[in-house]
Amino acid sequence: MTVLAVPPVASPGPVDDVPLPLKPARTRADRVFMGCLLAASLMVLLAIAAIAAFLAWNSKAALSYAKQSIVRSDHFAPVGVHPSFGMVGILQGTVTIAVLALIIAVPVSIALALLINEYAPRQSRRTLTSVIDLLAVLPSILYGLWGLKTLSPEIYPATKWMSEHLAFIPFFRVGPNQPLGNSIFLCGIVVGIMCIPICTSVSREVMSQAPREACEAALALGGTKWGTITDVILPFSRNGIVGGALLGLGRALGETVAVLLILSQTNVVHWQILTPGGGQIPALIAQDFTSVPHLGQSALTVAGLLLFVTILLLNVLARRVVMGRSSAAYT
Amino acid sequence: MSTLGPDLVLAPGTPRSDGARLDPEDRPRRLARRLPDAGLELGLSVVAALGITVVLFTILVGSVPPVGTFVVALIVFLVVYGVVSRLRHGPFVMKDRLAAVYVWVGGALALFPLAQIIWTVTAKGAPVVLDHFPKFLVNDSANAGPLTPVWQSGVGHAIVGTVEQVGIATLLTVPIATLSALYLSESDSPLSGFIRTMVNAMMGTPSIIAGLFVYLFWVQPRGVSGYSGFAAAIALGILMLPLMIRTAEEVIRVVPGSLREAGHALGAPNWRVSLRIVLPTVRTGVITALILGVALAVGETAPTLFTAHGSAHYNWNPFQGNQANLPLQIFANIESFSPNFVREGYGAAFVLIFMVLSLFVVARFIGSSTPGRRRVHLRRRRAKEVVVS
Repeated sequence: MTVLAVPPVASPGPVDDVPLPLKPARTRADRVFMGCLLAASLMVLLAIAAIAAFLAWNSKAALSYAKQSIVRSDHFAPVGVHPSFGMVGILQGTVTIAVLALIIAVPVSIALALLINEYAPRQSRRTLTSVIDLLAVLPSILYGLWGLKTLSPEIYPATKWMSEHLAFIPFFRVGPNQPLGNSIFLCGIVVGIMCIPICTSVSREVMSQAPREACEAALALGGTKWGTITDVILPFSRNGIVGGALLGLGRALGETVAVLLILSQTNVVHWQILTPGGGQIPALIAQDFTSVPHLGQSALTVAGLLLFVTILLLNVLARRVVMGRSSAAYT
Repeated sequence: MSTLGPDLVLAPGTPRSDGARLDPEDRPRRLARRLPDAGLELGLSVVAALGITVVLFTILVGSVPPVGTFVVALIVFLVVYGVVSRLRHGPFVMKDRLAAVYVWVGGALALFPLAQIIWTVTAKGAPVVLDHFPKFLVNDSANAGPLTPVWQSGVGHAIVGTVEQVGIATLLTVPIATLSALYLSESDSPLSGFIRTMVNAMMGTPSIIAGLFVYLFWVQPRGVSGYSGFAAAIALGILMLPLMIRTAEEVIRVVPGSLREAGHALGAPNWRVSLRIVLPTVRTGVITALILGVALAVGETAPTLFTAHGSAHYNWNPFQGNQANLPLQIFANIESFSPNFVREGYGAAFVLIFMVLSLFVVARFIGSSTPGRRRVHLRRRRAKEVVVS
C-alpha cells in the first residue's frame, strides 16, 4: 500500500517497457477447441432447421390438396376417397384448452411464487423450490392418469352443478341426456396444473429480484405485506409474470398425452366445454398419425408444423418479455 | 434529506427545528407485528365457515361432496374472516389477511395434485409390484389378458426398453449438451446470442413434434420395420438437449471470473482453462443438470409413440423392431376397460414414478454439495497433516 503513497514521478523508463498486449493469444489448440464447441452448439440449430424442413416438406401434399378449406371448414376426416382436412375444430379445441389452462395456472402460480418468496418461512424456500422442479419432471402420463381416474370422479358433482345452475353461460350449456366428463374442461384443468411449474419458476425468479430497499421502504412507511406486494413486487415483476404465462401457454398448446387420455375427440368445433367432444392438435396427431393414409399424414403434419412454429415464436417472445424487464420500467 | 435525519428520532410532539410540531397521531402503523388475537380470529373463522357449510349442505343437498364443500367453505370463510378483520382492525388489515389466504390456499392447491398423484400411484401400484415382487419386474406382458392373473405378466420388457432408449439418448446428448453449454458461456460472439435464443425457443418443442419429426426422418424411410428403440432415443434426445444446455449453462455462468483470470494469468490457453478449471469447478452442478434431463426423458410418452411404438415382448435389440417402454406400457394398460390391465398400468406407473423420483433425489443430492467444496476440504486436511507431521 505504501507504494501508492509515493507521488508519481515522470520517469522516462526504458523504451521497450510497454505493457504486454492483453488480447489473449489464440493458439491453434484453442481454435480447434472453440471449433468443437461451436460444432456442438450448431447441432441445436441443425435440429430446429431439420424439424422445420421435414415438416414443411411433408405438409406440401395436403396443402396443395386442401388449399383454403383447411381454415374454412371444421370437418376433419382423413380417411376415405375424398378426405377433408378442415382444421377449425381442432384449432378451437387446442386454443380453448390452452386458455382454460392459463386461467387456472396463472393465479395459482402467482400465489405459489409469492408463497415461496414472501410468506413461507425462509428455511423452507429451497425445499419448496425443488418441489416445483419435481412437479416439472413428473411424467405427463401420470398427470393424465390422475386426471382420468382420480380427478374426473372428484369433480363430477361440481361439473353437474355447473351444468344445472350456470347453464345461462353458453359454455356450460349441456343438452338433455348428454354425458359429462372426458371434456375440454377437464383437459383444461389437468393441462393447467401441468403449466404451473414453468409459470411459477419464471415469475418467482423475477420476483426475487425486486429491489429489497423498495420493499423495506414500503414496510417502513407502514404498508402492509400485501401493500408491498401490490405496489412494489408485482409492478416490478409484471414482465416476468407475463413471460411465464407465455411459456405456460406454449406448454399448454403442445401437451399431448394427458389430453389424449382424457378427451373424447370429435375434431369439430365444440363450445360445450363440459361434455365429451372437441379436438386438440397434438392429441389428434398422436391418435391418428399411424392409422391414416399418406395424404392424411400430410394433413396432420400441416397441423404439427403450425403448432411447432407457433410455439417456437411464443418461446422467443416470452424470453424477450422476461429479459425486457428493467428497473427503468419499474421506476 | 439531511434535515429529515434528526427529526426521525424525535418523539411525537417535540418541536422540530423549524418550529412545527409532529402530529401526535402521525405515527407509523405497526402492522408487521402480529396482532394480539390473530390466531383466535383465524381459528374461529375456519370453524365457523366449516360449520356453516356442512350444515348448509346437509340441509339443502343431503350429502357433503368434497369439491363443492371446499369451494363453498372457502367462500364462507373469506366472508367471515373479512368481516371480522374489517370490523376489528380496519380495511388495510382485512385486505392483507385476505391476500394471505389467497397466497396460502393457492400454493396449497398447486401442491395438492403432486401429493395426490404420488399417493394414488403408490397406493394402487405398490401392492401390484410388491405382491408379485420379482415376477412383475421380470415378466413381459405377452400373456396378459383380461382373465389371466396379474402374476403371469409384468413390465420387464418395458423396463429394458426405457433403460436402453434413455441410455442411448443420454449417450447422444450429454457430450453435445456439455460442449454447447461451454460454448454459450465462454464465447461472446453474436452467434452465441443467436444460438442461446434458439435453445430457449427449442425448450418448448412439443414432445409430439419430436416424435413426428423422427417418424418422418428415420422411421418412414426404413419401411414397415422402421420402428426401433434407437428412433425413440433420437426423439428423446431432441427433447433433452435444450433443457440440459440451458441448465448446464446457467451453472457454468456461476464460475467466478477471477478463477478464469487466474488461469489465464498463469499462462493457460483457453481450452485448458475451460476443461481443467471451469468444468471441474461446477462438475456437480453440470451433473445435476444432466440428470434432470434424464429424469424428464424417462417419463416422456408422446415422442416414443411413433418411434418405439410399444410391444408386449422382450426386445433387447434397440436398433431393430418395436420396443416397449414404461410410459407406453402405462398408456396401453390404462385405456383398457379390464380391471386387470388397469392394475398392471398402476404397477407400471409405480415403477416409473420410483425411477423418476430416484433420479430426482440423486440429482438434488449431488447438486446440494457446493462446487469444489469436497476438494477444498481434502486439501485442507492434507495441509493439516503436513503441518502436524
